[in-house]
Amino acid sequence: MATIELSKVEKKFGDLHAVKPLDLTINDGEFVVLLGPSGCGKTTTLRMISGLEAVTGGRILLNGKEVTWKHPSERDLAFVFQFYALYSHLSVRQNIAFPLQAQGMKREAIDKRVNEVVDILRIRHLLRLRPGKLAGGDQQRVALARALVRRPAAFLMDEPLGALDAELRESMRAEIKNLHIAQHATTVYVTHDQIEAMAMGDRIVVMSKAEVQQVGTPVDVYYNPSNLFVARFIGSPGMNLVKGKFSGGAVRMAGNDRYEVPPAWHKPLANSLDGRDEVILGFRPEAARVTPDGSMAGEVYATDMHGGHTVLHVNIFEGEMVHIRSDRQNTYPMGTPIRFAIDPEMVRFFNPRTEAAVRREAAR
Amino acid sequence: MARFEERGPRFPTVQPVRVDKIHPRAQALRRIVALIAVVVTIIILLPVFVMGISAFKTRADVMSSPPKVLFRPTLEGFMLLLTERAVVSPARLEELQETAKEGKLSLFERLALDAGMEITGPSAYVFRLRNSVIIAGISTIASVVLGLFAAYAFSRFRLRGKDDLLFFILSTRMLPAVVVTIPLFLMYRQLGLHDKHLGMIILYTVFNLSFSVWLLKGFIDEIPKEYEEAALVDGYTRLQAFFRIVLPQAASGIAATTVFCLIFAWNEYAFALMLTSQRARTAPPSIATMMGRGGIEWSAIAAGSLGFLIPVVIVTFALRKYLLRGITFGAIRG
Amino acid sequence: MSQVELKNITKRFPTVTALQDVSFSFEHGEFFVLLGPTGAGKTTTLRIVAGLEKQDSGTISMDGQNIDTRTPAERDVAFVFQQYSLYPTMTVYDNLAFPLRSPLRKTPEPEIKIRVESATEKLRISHLLKRKTAQLSGGEMQRVAIGRAIVREPRLFLMDEPLSNLDAKLREALRVELKHLQKTQGSTTLFVTHDQIEALTMADRIAVLNEGEVVQQGTPDDIYDRPATTFVAQLVGTPKINLLAASRQEGTVHVKGRGLCVPAPRLALPETFLMGIRPEDIRPDPNGTFGAVVSLTEPLGVETILHLKAGELPLLSLVPGMASQRVGDQIRFTIVQEKLHFFGPDNRRIAKERT
Repeated sequence: MATIELSKVEKKFGDLHAVKPLDLTINDGEFVVLLGPSGCGKTTTLRMISGLEAVTGGRILLNGKEVTWKHPSERDLAFVFQFYALYSHLSVRQNIAFPLQAQGMKREAIDKRVNEVVDILRIRHLLRLRPGKLAGGDQQRVALARALVRRPAAFLMDEPLGALDAELRESMRAEIKNLHIAQHATTVYVTHDQIEAMAMGDRIVVMSKAEVQQVGTPVDVYYNPSNLFVARFIGSPGMNLVKGKFSGGAVRMAGNDRYEVPPAWHKPLANSLDGRDEVILGFRPEAARVTPDGSMAGEVYATDMHGGHTVLHVNIFEGEMVHIRSDRQNTYPMGTPIRFAIDPEMVRFFNPRTEAAVRREAAR
Repeated sequence: MARFEERGPRFPTVQPVRVDKIHPRAQALRRIVALIAVVVTIIILLPVFVMGISAFKTRADVMSSPPKVLFRPTLEGFMLLLTERAVVSPARLEELQETAKEGKLSLFERLALDAGMEITGPSAYVFRLRNSVIIAGISTIASVVLGLFAAYAFSRFRLRGKDDLLFFILSTRMLPAVVVTIPLFLMYRQLGLHDKHLGMIILYTVFNLSFSVWLLKGFIDEIPKEYEEAALVDGYTRLQAFFRIVLPQAASGIAATTVFCLIFAWNEYAFALMLTSQRARTAPPSIATMMGRGGIEWSAIAAGSLGFLIPVVIVTFALRKYLLRGITFGAIRG
Repeated sequence: MSQVELKNITKRFPTVTALQDVSFSFEHGEFFVLLGPTGAGKTTTLRIVAGLEKQDSGTISMDGQNIDTRTPAERDVAFVFQQYSLYPTMTVYDNLAFPLRSPLRKTPEPEIKIRVESATEKLRISHLLKRKTAQLSGGEMQRVAIGRAIVREPRLFLMDEPLSNLDAKLREALRVELKHLQKTQGSTTLFVTHDQIEALTMADRIAVLNEGEVVQQGTPDDIYDRPATTFVAQLVGTPKINLLAASRQEGTVHVKGRGLCVPAPRLALPETFLMGIRPEDIRPDPNGTFGAVVSLTEPLGVETILHLKAGELPLLSLVPGMASQRVGDQIRFTIVQEKLHFFGPDNRRIAKERT
């Protein structure tokens, strides 16, 4: 297995920065997820690690050895594509054996490895079929088998679940994670789906517009997002972010709403707002609770049914809509005025101009 | 605030650059390869270049050995190609020289005068060139238009025996021209189409149709049918959807097909030679047999060949916008 | 806006029967969702309603009138495709104006301008009017596609998985916008998707389709709380429902294999049957009656999915917040009994009470 190091790796197309200089160390056996919206640079970064894309600057090291200029085939990395990239004219068995044949392995050794791998992924019954005849999930398993059979130093996966139905994505997600745990394989995984990233990642690298926004464990990026982008992007729905002014220990918002700021935040806020009073108040949908003595008021605009729970769309003042997670017991018809309280442990603040999070002294 | 905004547009499409191609060593290698490629290209293009300059040489220069690289250019070759001349009597010669001094003679007339001749009218070549334009032009338009409608039908509709039909159309292209020339000759004679413009136009259209149907079908297949279905649902008839949506999107394909069909029809030699004589003969057979007084007029042949290239080059150049568009218009993803 | 009714629609293709006796109807102003996996026949149904395909048997009527013989143009429906429906050679403005310029409508230019501007304002794409559509991002393209449907003010909106090709976050945002738009416009919409979250959050009513047949129709609450078959129970709800083979002995239900038993409900249960437990109804509890080992944890932030193994039996549990359990932990758990589902050997819901 392997450690992968990226040192000031960047990619430019002319003057356009596809990936700004990036430093990242992926430890042996770690499952690191590159997460971000389309065009943020995550796939380009993965492709640079694999060698399918040349770097414009920086170095890439595999187990301490420099591989920046090495041909993809010389890097001992396996790549799993979103659209499987299986050879439609070969059988499943031939597809899986292909990389080993390319390496010049002997027939018996190849057969042994192929047999191991098809049992791990439970596709033995598909060996004789052509990929075209398989369902999406099975095709992806074959693609995984083809990567696994090489026993590479690390796995690189480019949105492998993107082409699957929502239902299948869930089960394949767990399969890939279980595979990772069993093989203890260093994996770099690219996705735009933050649910996938949170469920699977040991660490998540959140990217946007060619830059890394935050690197951290799921707990880090969820409970302590480092800026507005991460706060919005992680969580479904994302964090509620409301503009207000901080003074006298409270945040005043448009429409007469007033939120008493917990004492632990007073000093950090005073120091982090650059002498101004504009602040952004952040709270996750589950951090708010509908209660008649809550300090915030609003009107229910809509209720989204999410199966086991609901999400209320609440208008707190002109043009500002927040989401509040609620249970199925209580129903609020459109237009119901409500009051809600925000859990003081879960409230967060951001500087509107730098978009950075205000850090509380005591870490959570 | 609590909304996720996405700002477009995304990064433009770029070709991935392989690691081993960017390495400084690889770049030096690439420059050497490029140099070799340029040298080979020059060698290959040499005959075309020679032909080109020969068109502007005098009779004497053309025949000189070793070949002259530096020479005095003249339009004599073109004059020989495009005009009929007659030898003039000494008296007439003097008359003409007088007119020349007054500056009233055209360039060609003066050139003819230098050779002791007078221009009597356009040569047969001019007439044949005109035939080429008419026959190649009309047959190209016909094969592209008919091919377009057929290709659309093959692409969009469910037809019984579609695959068989397509193969049949393709098979017409498998025949070498010479094999069918004799039967065609006999057939045309019977039908009275021998040496008629209509005969040649029909022939070229039919031969080009296989190519045009296949090529255009490929281009139309690339256009997702959702485009027309959206138009159908929005209230357009299929024909309107065809003109407003499919045509603009297939523009590069149509341009490419037009160029190919034109090149075939324009340069076609075998049929033109066999199936025409006086009235409908096109240019290609004429150029090769440019006979002149005392032998083959090389400068005229060179001029004819050069001149013959030009219309096709012009058409391709005019369509370049459409030809290139197809290449860069793929799906753009970040 | 319209009321639409499909009766006994059957459609056969050379290799497969796409739709078998499909019937459902929806009302004026309703957001009706067709939910099902890929290949269930949802797109075929939509295309038949639009008139792009012809059904082999069955009828479709709009506002009481049979529309089977009408061309797509005559049906006055707007179709939003999954992708590839914007004309790349035209600007956004022309794309939006296109349906209005059709010979069928021949709307005068000033009115076209008003309608286009009003649509782009609602979709917040007014700044894009002059751009060529090939230069737009995925989300912007879909907004334009929706805009093109809106400008027509049709009787019915048909949407074929319009959000599937978008990023997850964008999907969330557009979902909210679409629903809001539909509610404010009061547009009758038939929406097709394979994503059950989309179906649950957006629909007024849902029809679940599987292999060409309608398996269940109802409100999102109906589908979630009272799934008619195991297929529906497994399709709707994330994570997937736990389905366990069980049998009844006296007053207890025994899960096959491992000592999981619960008091039997007052239903007429056959000898063997399937018991369904939703993951949120399996709760880790130090005083719980049942034991299991944690095999995988999926922390989603707001909640955590715990993959458990009670002996050989795999179970999924959903707990709020960040769970403290780790892989390999032995835990105890309870089951919320009021929320159990029971299905017979035919995979259909058992609802009849014991006599």
